Amino acid sequence: MFKRFVEWMDARIPMTKTWNIHLAQYPAPKNFNMWYVFGFLATIVLINQILTGIWLTMNYVPSAEGAFASVEYIMRDVEYGWLLRYMHSTGASAFFVVVYLHMFRGMMYGSYQKPRELIWLFGMFIFLVLMAEAFMGYLLPWGQMSYWGAQVIISLFGAIPVIGDDLTLWIRGDYVISGATLNRFFALHVIALPLVLVILVFLHIVALHEVGSNNPDGVDTKKPKGSVPDEEKPKFKFHERFTNKKDIVDSIPFYPYYILKDMFGFGIFLFFFCYVIFFNPEMGGFFLEPPNFEPANPLKTPEYIAPVWYFTPFYAILRAVPDKLFGVILMFAAIAFLALLPWLDRGRVRSIRYRSLLHKLNLTVFAISFVVLGYLGTQPATPVATVFAQIFTFLYFAFFGLLWFYSKREKTKPVPERVTSK
Amino acid sequence: MSNAPVDKGRRRFLTVATSVVGGAGAVAVAVPFIRSWNPSAKAKNAGAPVEVNIRKAEPGQLVRVKWRGKPVWVVRRTPDMLEGLSKVEDRLRDPNSEEPQQPEYAQNQHRSIKEEFFVAVGICTHLGCSPSYLEKGMGDHVDGVESGFFCPCHGSKFDIAGRVFESVPAPLNLVVPPHYFIDENTILVGEDKGQA
Repeated sequence: MFKRFVEWMDARIPMTKTWNIHLAQYPAPKNFNMWYVFGFLATIVLINQILTGIWLTMNYVPSAEGAFASVEYIMRDVEYGWLLRYMHSTGASAFFVVVYLHMFRGMMYGSYQKPRELIWLFGMFIFLVLMAEAFMGYLLPWGQMSYWGAQVIISLFGAIPVIGDDLTLWIRGDYVISGATLNRFFALHVIALPLVLVILVFLHIVALHEVGSNNPDGVDTKKPKGSVPDEEKPKFKFHERFTNKKDIVDSIPFYPYYILKDMFGFGIFLFFFCYVIFFNPEMGGFFLEPPNFEPANPLKTPEYIAPVWYFTPFYAILRAVPDKLFGVILMFAAIAFLALLPWLDRGRVRSIRYRSLLHKLNLTVFAISFVVLGYLGTQPATPVATVFAQIFTFLYFAFFGLLWFYSKREKTKPVPERVTSK
Repeated sequence: MSNAPVDKGRRRFLTVATSVVGGAGAVAVAVPFIRSWNPSAKAKNAGAPVEVNIRKAEPGQLVRVKWRGKPVWVVRRTPDMLEGLSKVEDRLRDPNSEEPQQPEYAQNQHRSIKEEFFVAVGICTHLGCSPSYLEKGMGDHVDGVESGFFCPCHGSKFDIAGRVFESVPAPLNLVVPPHYFIDENTILVGEDKGQA
């Protein structure tokens, strides 16, 4: 019965073929470690955001008059409304946690290097859209932090010479942030950007499956056709789309092996995720900020405002510069430089395991700078904090400059022919 | 079916012409989508001027009203405050208000029509937060200055005439909106005298 159904489907749409190419007969390097779980987790969180988001729109009222009250209504009167909202708000932070770790994985193992530049670029676009999505979503509860956070971020565009003021007016649709702004952000947040996001994720995966995954050793697991004796090939059946052109070594099918491993990672992720949802949904003011429990008041800025934690590294860079336009430029440059990594890194050795001590130090300093900037962005801009922000902003950018400089003639260790795990 | 010779030049001309017309159409269609993001007629009408009654304002007090959705302040300054204006001038970016952040009639040391009443849009020229009015206690932020405005977001500082101090993120003085005195006790914010 089931077999006949599958045959009926396969004659009309490439169902089994797609399953095999992308899952059951898709070769993935066998030496993945736990760093390779975050792509899967990001997908799960995306599904969580879409699902809980759709349910939240059923009770949310996108208007300056009704928004704040409707969120309270969801929290108090809608059955399980509190859970759906906390899943969504915690999901937003979880998204950035897994995406930042996913990006760092790519940096450690040189996953952005040739031939995976396009995967990296699609990833950077996903990151950009994700930031826009998070920013617009944060306006919707129409609390004090929603309002003034949006006011500050939209004003960033006012730093652009000549067109700046008209541009901010156009983005807001009013002389200040108002119901008009709220409504357009709602439209972008619930339909326009999610569509773009899903399309980009699709392209990210299509590009990945064309060239195949990198791995912690950074060595190719697709060897030239005919170069590998049969007894050294894995005993698994891979789709001929992969085996026709290359000899596949040291690989296992994504389904069931890596699905199982990812499910284990997902279980661990759920421990943390559920802890936040059920015991600490505000996460000490980092996931949901205290001033946002007050309705938006256009006449009064809260005593102290800071963006949500995932924006703070870039916010600290913005504040470190005592010039409005240059601060904005540097903040966007911090993201643009990341996107240019495939071309800034002129090395041919991918994995950090076989790269120079200098590179290891450089990447460590970069990671530390990112975390410290993130911390500084949550703190008031005292003169001392500003000096620290300037130092770590310099170190953040120095990573890229140094990398470009030393990667051309880097002293690397010999890279093995095959992956090192047994 | 006959195999008539292909006129490549004609085919090329038609392809280019169709593309150009189609492209122009696409651009034209984009216009309503982009223009619909501009402030609506309703939002523009909400920019109507507002009257502020200052009869009850005490010396040193700040009266806050909403104009075009923005906070507008009217500060009744004390003689002490006015005296302090000239003391800080060497520490200001634009002490003489040369940047067009105010109507001509407010381009003076006290940046107002009457010395006593300072009218300003309470929005920081950096990234749009609303600075706090510190009637006393500005000394915590600027040495030897009693009162002024301090922006909690990024630490910009303004004197009691809304003039920005040096080495803060805000580039410009606070905006003084068009306004005039209808009578002794009433200010109309949003319009110049004799307009409309």
